[in-house]
Amino acid sequence: MTTTGLTPARMWPRDVLKVGAVGLRTRPLRAFLSSLGIAIGIAAMVSVVGISSSSQAELDRKLDALGTNLLTVTPGQTFGGDDATLPDESESMVARIGPIESVSAVGEVSDTNVYRNNKIPEAETSGISVLAARTTLRSAIGVDVRSGTWLNAATSRYPATVLGAKTADRLGIGHAGPDTKVLIGGEWFTVVGILEPAPLAPELDTAALVGWPVAESLLDFDGQATTVYTRSDPDQVDQVQAVLGATANPEQPNEVEVSRPSDALAAQKAAGEAFTGLLLGLGAVALLVGGVGVANTMVISVLERRAEIGLRRSLGATRGQVRAQFLAESLLLSTLGGLGGAVLGSGVTAGYAAYQDWPVVVPAWAVAGGILATVGIGSLAGLYPAVRASRLSPTEALATP
Amino acid sequence: MIALEGVTKIYSGGVAALAGVSLTIRRGELAAIVGPSGSGKSTMLHVVGTLDRPTAGRVRIDGHDVAELSDANLSALRARRIGFVFQQFHLAGGTSALDNVADGLLYTGLRQSQRRKRAAEALERVGLGPRMHHEPHELSGGEKQRVAIARAVAGEPALVLADEPTGALDSVSGAGVMDLLRQLNAEGTTVVIITHDHAIADSLPRQVRMLDGRIVEDSARPRTEVPA
Repeated sequence: MTTTGLTPARMWPRDVLKVGAVGLRTRPLRAFLSSLGIAIGIAAMVSVVGISSSSQAELDRKLDALGTNLLTVTPGQTFGGDDATLPDESESMVARIGPIESVSAVGEVSDTNVYRNNKIPEAETSGISVLAARTTLRSAIGVDVRSGTWLNAATSRYPATVLGAKTADRLGIGHAGPDTKVLIGGEWFTVVGILEPAPLAPELDTAALVGWPVAESLLDFDGQATTVYTRSDPDQVDQVQAVLGATANPEQPNEVEVSRPSDALAAQKAAGEAFTGLLLGLGAVALLVGGVGVANTMVISVLERRAEIGLRRSLGATRGQVRAQFLAESLLLSTLGGLGGAVLGSGVTAGYAAYQDWPVVVPAWAVAGGILATVGIGSLAGLYPAVRASRLSPTEALATP
Repeated sequence: MIALEGVTKIYSGGVAALAGVSLTIRRGELAAIVGPSGSGKSTMLHVVGTLDRPTAGRVRIDGHDVAELSDANLSALRARRIGFVFQQFHLAGGTSALDNVADGLLYTGLRQSQRRKRAAEALERVGLGPRMHHEPHELSGGEKQRVAIARAVAGEPALVLADEPTGALDSVSGAGVMDLLRQLNAEGTTVVIITHDHAIADSLPRQVRMLDGRIVEDSARPRTEVPA
């Protein structure tokens, strides 16, 4: 007995795909809903990764613009636990460190409050501090003036002030001008400028800045710097950071705190990443649920289409070809869901990033990984139903009406 | 073409649907297997159609011993040599007659363009040329069965097995379907029709009557032991 000529013909890949799409074509709503489950999972994961990447890109852009070479020196505490002060010479000593490109400072004018006018009760200080500022401060920190001008050698001798971004909001001042005056320590100061927010020096946002000389003359300022700002060669920031404390206060280097404000922003990002991990996990759960949905759809599909399976077997389909048909259907369902989810997730990322005014970043690995994951899920979800379909005895399948 | 020797089929539960059946049907015959429900004629069709294997006995179809063939070989045998016509037509809804017939050739390895060409020819043969783009719900019962016959014969099989082909049809459509099967046989195809309708069986050249899994009467007696 020969079996020559009884090798089953291979199906063309196009035909496998076409046969796999039969279930999708005949039951479009069910196909749509089970794909939707996958799509939601993938969309959740892609948008979580996308939004976190966009926020990261925004942070990088911000750090690029602000620079990471800003170091600040502030007095810490003495061994006794009292508030320490910086020595008078600290600014000039710090300026002698080689890689330092610019130095500036502010000094807090203690017990002085700012009011919009003299009708405001004294207790309503709005939490605004008064800082004496060097004229070099604005360029050292790299903050822009939203309205008016920055202090110069002349205006820092006269009762003129530049308000931080939040200070202006709290006082209800929209524009700087010669007629806009605020009451600082009982004296009328002209608002000559309003700053943009300063992400690297948020303490300026809630301050009213006045010139160093006028603070000493009008506001009983003791002339002591409370924060020294330095910009150094970006390649040598670490070395500068190591010596900065000892240089600012050689006698008590332990009483000095040196910090790098850009690190704080980076730390915020790291905190955000932990949250991203959690959301990603939730997305994975959604994807898993979607996969279970596809598996369920496939099991029902096989049950409903027993007669079709019997017919195909009688037409000469091998077990493998029946298996391939249902695997293809499952793969189509989940991959369509994955593609839809990738588009949806990218859309959500783009929308959210646009709303936040961030650059839109959807990492290719997230999209590719998501679609790859759906292929895996599709094969897993389809495997059992496909094997069941292929093991169905043709006569039993045909007996089903 | 068909040679059964002592074929027994016992289903799980101990029901013997076939109890030692021997039957030979030669190439080019037109035979009816007739009997009441439960007589084992459907099991016979499944065994002859290689959809089911016997519990005991030898089954030779088109020169092949079924016991020696793998499931994949049997699938290939069905794809190329056997055509089925069912009582319930088994047409895919929402798909044109042409595509229903063309999909019947899906497992023969032909390309889609060739499948459609052959399907169109088969539909012409059954007289449905003008209606080949209609979907099953737009066709009458008789037309549906013609589509099913076209699907069975599109691959030019040597053997066509029809399971109650007129069971779901009125007498006029039924007669038309029978004429078609006779014409098919006249063109050289071996045709076996399973029916419980004695009138239909009696209109065919040979009747094999079954009862309780046994052949009780064969009009071609004495049985000839000519190899298939």
